Amino acid sequence: MAMTRDITCHQAVALVSDYLEGALARRDRRRLERHLADCGACSAYLDQMRATIALSGSVGPEDLSNEAVARLVDVFEKYHRENSGESPN
Amino acid sequence: MEDEALLERILGGDHDAFRDLVERYQMSLVRLARYYVKSEASAEDVAQDTWIAVMQGLERFEGRSSFKTWLFRIAANRARKTGTREYRVVTVDPVDPVSSARFNEGGMWNEAPVPFTELINDKLANAGVLEACRNAIRDLPEPQQSVVTLRDVEGLSTREVSDLLELSEANTRVLLHRGRAKIRETLEETLTGGRSWQ
Repeated sequence: MAMTRDITCHQAVALVSDYLEGALARRDRRRLERHLADCGACSAYLDQMRATIALSGSVGPEDLSNEAVARLVDVFEKYHRENSGESPN
Repeated sequence: MEDEALLERILGGDHDAFRDLVERYQMSLVRLARYYVKSEASAEDVAQDTWIAVMQGLERFEGRSSFKTWLFRIAANRARKTGTREYRVVTVDPVDPVSSARFNEGGMWNEAPVPFTELINDKLANAGVLEACRNAIRDLPEPQQSVVTLRDVEGLSTREVSDLLELSEANTRVLLHRGRAKIRETLEETLTGGRSWQ
């Protein structure tokens, strides 16, 4: 938590997500990067945000009820049967 | 297996491939639909209609966009038609996602965040961490939940997400930031046993 120029930790944290999105204006990006170079706590926060996003990307689908999936598969089978059996050679 | 490989098999009538695809996307489809419609049951109906539309349209799907993008567009269009939600401008709550109490008057951390990245790496195999993350996403209020699901879980671009949800890109990014910050906070508590104020 070093003294940093330009922006505070509180402000830096508010920019982190946009930074990772590549959506910051150049001036804000430079300010944030200057801050991060001096501030271990905000760098840790940035790492955590990266890890959070990576984890969200790996949660995978929730367990679906077999019933819901089976119903959809039934619909699919019926559809396929009707539409593949109708071709007039 | 990649979506495109599954699609090939589905065109040949392979219902296991269809089942795999449903299991892959059903949760996000229902969540997206839920953004527009009033009940979970209606959202599930929209998802079912979406799968039927996929079956009907698959032969004509030319792959100009990814299958995922195509699928979510169908779902959003159907949900909008079904939805009774009145059009509204999404207002962005000015409350900062990271509790102001964690910063002093000068805007510096009172207590630094507890590092947990290594813990995540150690525990990636641990289903509990993934479960905590999944629950944190599910507990997000809308529209944060839909934004995080489409952007971070499904990996769509911010522009695609803003189109699907009829939000400006700027608002989408603010909502993404808020949602991510809340998930991070939950993970911090889970991984460090609530020692976030060490």
